[in-house]
Amino acid sequence: MISPGISQNVPKINSEQELRNFLKTLSPVDQVGAQARAAMLATRSIKTTSKLWAIDTAISMVDLTTLEGADTPGKIKTLCAKAVRPDPTDSSVPHVGAVCVYNDLVAIARKELDAIGGSDVPVAAVATAFPSGRASMKVKLADTKDAIESGATEIDMVIDRGAFLSGNIGLVFDEIVEIKATINELSGGRAHLKVILETGELVTYDNVRKASYLAMLAGADFIKTSTGKVNPAATAPVVLVMLEAVRDFCHDYGRMIGVKPAGGIRTTKDAIKQLVLVNETAGEKWLDPKYFRIGASSLLNDLLMQRMKMKNGYYSSANYVTID
Amino acid sequence: MSKFEYANAPESSAILNLQSRYQLFINGKFVAPKSGKYFKSINPATAKELAEFAYANNSDIDLAVKSARTALTKVWSKLPAAERGKYLFRIARILQERAREFAVAETLDNGKPIRESRDTDIPLAAQHFFYHGGWADKLDFVVKNPKPYGVVAQIIPWNFPLLMLAWKIAPALATGNTVVLKPAETTPLTAMLFAQVCQQAGLPDGVVNIITGDGATGANLVKHPGVNKIAFTGSTEVGKAIARSIADSDKVATLELGGKAANIVFNDAAIDETVEGIVNGIFFNQGHVCCAGSRLLVQEDIANELVLKLQRRVSLIRVGDPMDKNTDMGAINSAAQLQKINELVESGNKEGAQMWQSDCKLPTNGYWFAPTIFTGVSQSHRIAREEIFGPVLSVLTFRTPQEAIEKANNTQYGLSAGVWSDKGSKIMWTAKHLKAGVIWANTFNKFDAASPFGGYKESGWGREGGKHGLLAYLKAGK
Amino acid sequence: MMSRIEVMKTYKLFINGAFVRSESGRSYEIKNSKGKFLANPAQASRKDLRDAVSAAKTAFIGWSEATAYNRGQILYRIAEMLEGRRDQFVSEIIAQSGVTQKIADSEVSQAIDLWVWYAGWSDKLSSVGGNQNPIAAQFYNFTTPEPLGAIAIFPNQKAKSASGTLLNIVASLAPVICAGNTAILIAPQSAPLTAMSLAEVLATSDLPAGVANILTGKSEELVSWVGSHMEIDGVDCSGLSNSDQVAIKVSGAENLKRIHKFADDKSTERILKFMEQKTVWQPIGI
Repeated sequence: MISPGISQNVPKINSEQELRNFLKTLSPVDQVGAQARAAMLATRSIKTTSKLWAIDTAISMVDLTTLEGADTPGKIKTLCAKAVRPDPTDSSVPHVGAVCVYNDLVAIARKELDAIGGSDVPVAAVATAFPSGRASMKVKLADTKDAIESGATEIDMVIDRGAFLSGNIGLVFDEIVEIKATINELSGGRAHLKVILETGELVTYDNVRKASYLAMLAGADFIKTSTGKVNPAATAPVVLVMLEAVRDFCHDYGRMIGVKPAGGIRTTKDAIKQLVLVNETAGEKWLDPKYFRIGASSLLNDLLMQRMKMKNGYYSSANYVTID
Repeated sequence: MSKFEYANAPESSAILNLQSRYQLFINGKFVAPKSGKYFKSINPATAKELAEFAYANNSDIDLAVKSARTALTKVWSKLPAAERGKYLFRIARILQERAREFAVAETLDNGKPIRESRDTDIPLAAQHFFYHGGWADKLDFVVKNPKPYGVVAQIIPWNFPLLMLAWKIAPALATGNTVVLKPAETTPLTAMLFAQVCQQAGLPDGVVNIITGDGATGANLVKHPGVNKIAFTGSTEVGKAIARSIADSDKVATLELGGKAANIVFNDAAIDETVEGIVNGIFFNQGHVCCAGSRLLVQEDIANELVLKLQRRVSLIRVGDPMDKNTDMGAINSAAQLQKINELVESGNKEGAQMWQSDCKLPTNGYWFAPTIFTGVSQSHRIAREEIFGPVLSVLTFRTPQEAIEKANNTQYGLSAGVWSDKGSKIMWTAKHLKAGVIWANTFNKFDAASPFGGYKESGWGREGGKHGLLAYLKAGK
Repeated sequence: MMSRIEVMKTYKLFINGAFVRSESGRSYEIKNSKGKFLANPAQASRKDLRDAVSAAKTAFIGWSEATAYNRGQILYRIAEMLEGRRDQFVSEIIAQSGVTQKIADSEVSQAIDLWVWYAGWSDKLSSVGGNQNPIAAQFYNFTTPEPLGAIAIFPNQKAKSASGTLLNIVASLAPVICAGNTAILIAPQSAPLTAMSLAEVLATSDLPAGVANILTGKSEELVSWVGSHMEIDGVDCSGLSNSDQVAIKVSGAENLKRIHKFADDKSTERILKFMEQKTVWQPIGI
């Protein structure tokens, strides 16, 4: 129940029925209206000083990601180098928010980052049978345990979309609760949980809002749009709806949850639009890598090229940023 | 100071070749007024003079009407309908080509944000010509043996200068009428640019005549015996005066007049989108909108939550330089309008409503008013009854759908209304019982050339846009 | 043997489904074409007009909400009732205007058929007068005609047939109530009897009280009150003189009454001009 201005504790959910009742109290989302709002915010024109600030902020929010079957230790090492010093020619460029890899490469990434002066760059692991989540809970827990023990301090878990869509929301909730408990236990509360909703499979904004609340009630530190393996991914209206959810959740229960759009954010323009969405929806408190991340790979180079253009006054070329 | 300050992003005015003086457009040519007089239009965002415009007196009006009559009988009525339509298509294309220039001119003259003139006014104006171009040779599907009225006098307001021009001229031409149009005194600039478009399109001389002036010019144009039909958008007061002044003639009129639209929010509405819709309903175009959702009727059990969310959202509205692409709300169109808003807001405070205003910083020069929300408003307050025509929202509450309808319809106006609910049957029930010409369900202030617009009761006569808008310019022949 | 004394009818006003005398107590004399006394119909006052408007306004709530099918059936019922009483109308028309039996007969037939024509329109108005509009965005948008409210009617007085009275009254009343409007019909001064007999038909045709109110008297007395009455939404001024038309347009401007005149008996314009077009927008989304 939303009681404006009154801060309560996050409600405790004791049964699937309670969860269902809670989600029923959420306001619906009008698709056309949400899309119109997102489209309007996309017309914001960010120039000069504000653009430079936005680019650096966006860089610091990038979860530099590689999630390929063909990932190798070599690929991970170059990724780490890029994460720590995105532009080797300019030390004023901040490091990225995190590197994001599959479980078996977490240890390599952690070791490499520590070796090259990137000990403050966290490693995020996609655990819980990423990307489909189609495995038993036993496997998902083992997966999580494996990632934490290998040095991951951020776990990007996927929800069971099948369970969600078939109405088995108690199961979705319980899985998040259990994974969160495991992470807390193994990391001593140091590691964070990002819950991937895979909004492209949830389809409606009503579902996005419900899944966002479900994840936040179950203990997510971040809610994340997508695996990057399903289209559409982090569309502006989806991010808008999720930002509204974290804003209202914080207003009502005093707990700030982060948001991570992932997938499809490739250009500086895309990234700045995301920051505008954050600024005018959740508010400037969320303009911080602690509360907003962008899951991306090629985005970083575009940010760097735009940064060079801002500094030098002419358009750069892909030859002047490193390809990793 | 917030972390993410948007630096200025001004649109360049270089695209507009602003003349210091604009003449009357009569019979295809720009001519000096017989009156010998000129008046100034100012940029409301700076209070500085923009340009001078010719003042049309009775002799000028007479010339314009005669030129429209000659064009009607000699050229326009003899043209095959399909060819007539092609001129409208041409005009639509030229407006699209010169869209940015028109947007800049509109914003400088009117004070509305460039985002709105660029994304709403000018594209919709072009759409209106394109849409009506296609009707010209299909009028048999609207009326049996369609016949135009003849010479149409059109008088338009200052809130959407070019768009209102398009709403008037496009259907008039498509149906085979010729036009004398008078733009508003404070916003004549885009009409004079449009006169250039008529020349570029090769529109036959005299089919469109544009004369500038004040209220007296408009009143005299209405009275001119050579005029067959009046189309007016403006205040209800002037609309009634027009109705009286044509009572003893065969002239017919379409009137788009004032409104005090109810925007009804039920407790099951999609609240975030509703907040956006309320904002769009009353703060779009500085609230200078006849169909603005100026009376918010909220179901009592969600009123506190909604008002809080609304205030939070309204605080984000960026008020300032209309030429800045990030500006959400621009300048009040004139000193006179600002005074009227101030007067009504004062009455709201005196009558006991609670005022909340955004703490946005307003520029020092020009005419400005911060987004304002009154709560605790009752039906008897002036701010709930009179059209403020500014960024001022009155919030009232209701308990049941029946009460919402009663309150919503409790006005002499009936132009538009809004309803917000997630329940389809309730939306249809509400839409059915609202006495208004345009009902926006789960949206507000949306316009389209294909959608008829116009009001019940004292909000006017007739419709503009869509198939129904054509009826206003056609009579059934024998 | 003494011939039987005919029972003569008292012609009253028809307000809110009841036959009432004028509150003013006034009446006026009507003679037949040969100058013989026919009746003393009531001479309505402004207060009778006020009562009729108030009845029409109240009746509008239910009548405008009735289904179009229902309204159509009631209009058809009026035709049925008229058919059953055709002899009465024929003799009244003959008495009132001195036309031949054949002409009077033909007029009654036309009037009956006109009710049937308008009865058939009630559930086609949205199809013919409305529209679904293609919007250049994700919205479903439709326009549909809705009744206006209380309409004052001054029926055409010019006869197209030799008499024309009944036909003119039906041609102006049927389209108004067909649309879901309610009516205050001010009968032609010279021929009030047909109008009041028609009221008897209306009273027995399942037409809800107040939907059609009929006044007799001197229309010029009522013109200024009709024009200025803020509860009257529209006026059919076909039967008024030019100067009265101007007067009613000037006073009617105060609440922007929809004021029209018509020539043709059978015309969708007669229905649609007293309807408002309502356009509804609704987003299309999931």
